[in-house]
Amino acid sequence: MASKTLHAIYTDDDILMQAVKDVRAEHYHIEEVYTPFPVHGLDKAMGLPYTRIAITSFLYGLVGLSVAIVMMNFIMIEDWPQDIGGKPSFSYLENMPAFVPIMFELTVFFAAHLMVITFYMRSKLWPFKKAENPDPRTTDDHFLMVVDAGRNDVKKVADFLTNTGALEIKLVENNDDH
Amino acid sequence: MYSVPSKLKLFAIIFMVVGAIGIVAGFLTAPSSTEEVKEMMASHGDGHGEHAEDSHATMEHHGGAEAGHDGHEAMNPRLEPAHDGGEDAHYEHVLHQLQNRPWSALYIACFFFFMIALGVLAFYAIQYAAQAGWSPVLFRVMEGITAYLPVGSIIIFILLVLSAFHVNHIFHWMDPELVNPESDHYDALIAGKSGYLNVPFFLIRAAIYLIGWNLYRHFSRRNSLRQDDAEDNRWFKKNFKLSAGFLVFFIVTESMMSWDWIMSFDPHWFSTLFGWYVFAGMMVSAITVISMVAIVLKSQGYLEFVNDSHIHDLAKFMFGFSIFWTYLWFSQFMLIWYSNIPEEVTYFITRIEDYKLPFFGMLVMNFIFPVLLLMNSDYKRINWFVILTGIVILAGHYIDVFNMVMPATVGESWFIGLPEIGSVFFFFGLFVFVVFSALAKAPLLATRNPFVKESKHFHY
Repeated sequence: MASKTLHAIYTDDDILMQAVKDVRAEHYHIEEVYTPFPVHGLDKAMGLPYTRIAITSFLYGLVGLSVAIVMMNFIMIEDWPQDIGGKPSFSYLENMPAFVPIMFELTVFFAAHLMVITFYMRSKLWPFKKAENPDPRTTDDHFLMVVDAGRNDVKKVADFLTNTGALEIKLVENNDDH
Repeated sequence: MYSVPSKLKLFAIIFMVVGAIGIVAGFLTAPSSTEEVKEMMASHGDGHGEHAEDSHATMEHHGGAEAGHDGHEAMNPRLEPAHDGGEDAHYEHVLHQLQNRPWSALYIACFFFFMIALGVLAFYAIQYAAQAGWSPVLFRVMEGITAYLPVGSIIIFILLVLSAFHVNHIFHWMDPELVNPESDHYDALIAGKSGYLNVPFFLIRAAIYLIGWNLYRHFSRRNSLRQDDAEDNRWFKKNFKLSAGFLVFFIVTESMMSWDWIMSFDPHWFSTLFGWYVFAGMMVSAITVISMVAIVLKSQGYLEFVNDSHIHDLAKFMFGFSIFWTYLWFSQFMLIWYSNIPEEVTYFITRIEDYKLPFFGMLVMNFIFPVLLLMNSDYKRINWFVILTGIVILAGHYIDVFNMVMPATVGESWFIGLPEIGSVFFFFGLFVFVVFSALAKAPLLATRNPFVKESKHFHY
């Protein structure tokens, strides 16, 4: 079934912010907003949920810490406890200060890299990915808001968007089923 | 304008009185002869904890006896000396430690609150020099806290002078016997350092630091008040230049102060990053106190222009500087542990053997606790969370100073009892009294600071 969306183009981020608030106040559904740069507060105005990426990063950091501890405990203490320059290799705790730099680095390594990979996966970014940008101008100096017309009268929604300061309004019918 | 509630004044005075009683009791109960030490040790039985009884041995390190100062001796405190005559030397050694205890306790508490005021002053100067846009609403709070600086300076200088005149023996190197080649107690290492570590130069240096810091505090406060009534930004610009100059002076003198006032307790030991380490502890405690005072005042309705983003920023600083402190602590510890050079590793061996719980406990309080509690962004805005973490951080940094001073002055005879708690109570009461009285002397908002509008609308 074909869905109808309206693409409204703005040229100023302040006007865009106000438009987002107005559109939400009218209970029209904003599907997406395309901007050339991060607009501070836009996520709050759109009512997007907070990101949980920091929590994943913390958990990945704990994984990295565990990997470091288990690895060095096995190699340096259990598998072949040699006397290297008089360092005590009787227990992990006794020789721990020497392991701390690696524990720290692996914690950071896991936290950082796995978080970045999580970010790429969740935002569906990878090399050779086809760009989803509906209008190339939004990477330069235009802002585009996609509003779902739903079962509303398209004309009425379009007029409302014009009043919010949109410079151009385009009706787009999506026939694909994604 | 803020006016000090009479209850708070009473609260501060009660702490001062109780603390003073504790201090006096500490001095009165310190033994004056080896006989008393013997009695005390006999009646105590096992004494306090793991290190009592015969494990005392003799650590000539600070007893000032013998010339075995190459560090190896001190490394093995359990080496029993030849028992004939060793007994009396042992009791005398313990006597010195017990006599040092109330002085050290007083010195630690005095320095701890002094360093908070000094750290706040440095943080304040950084905010000016960096032209920070978020913090000007907190300037008067910081100025109020630094009002303790002159008071603390006088007390700490008096303590240093008392040590210099041999009223107490917490600074071992001040003993003139040690640098006298004729004496039995001659110590070649300390004598070699006497070009720097001698009493007149020590006091002159202390006076220079204290005067320099207090002058900056005086003029920056005066300029800040004048800016409120000014027509232009003249006083702000003056303060900006003054702060930049002060920061240069501060980092040099702070470093030297840490060698003089803390590192010289262990005159045989040295560490290059010690000044930074003391600085980091100072900054965490200072920022913690700023946020605690701000939260207290805000909860009483005096800082309506301070919002939770300001608290959030302060909590981030607490978090960040806690990690910075740990980084320096570990860098110092690990480098010395790793190379295990006898002359420097004794410092940590005495601490790990005799101060195991405070030494590692403070690591939990100063690192693990704040890291876990202040990592979450939302928690940094919850006042009671910041207060709770702040109390643990402050207690942790008190123990940090305790660990830096006590092992050198009282050795294994340490205990956190009357003199220690009394001293902390006394200086806490004094600190609260001075700080809140100063807060009542000027409006709590620096109205004509060029960044104050931005600061009021600061939002993170």
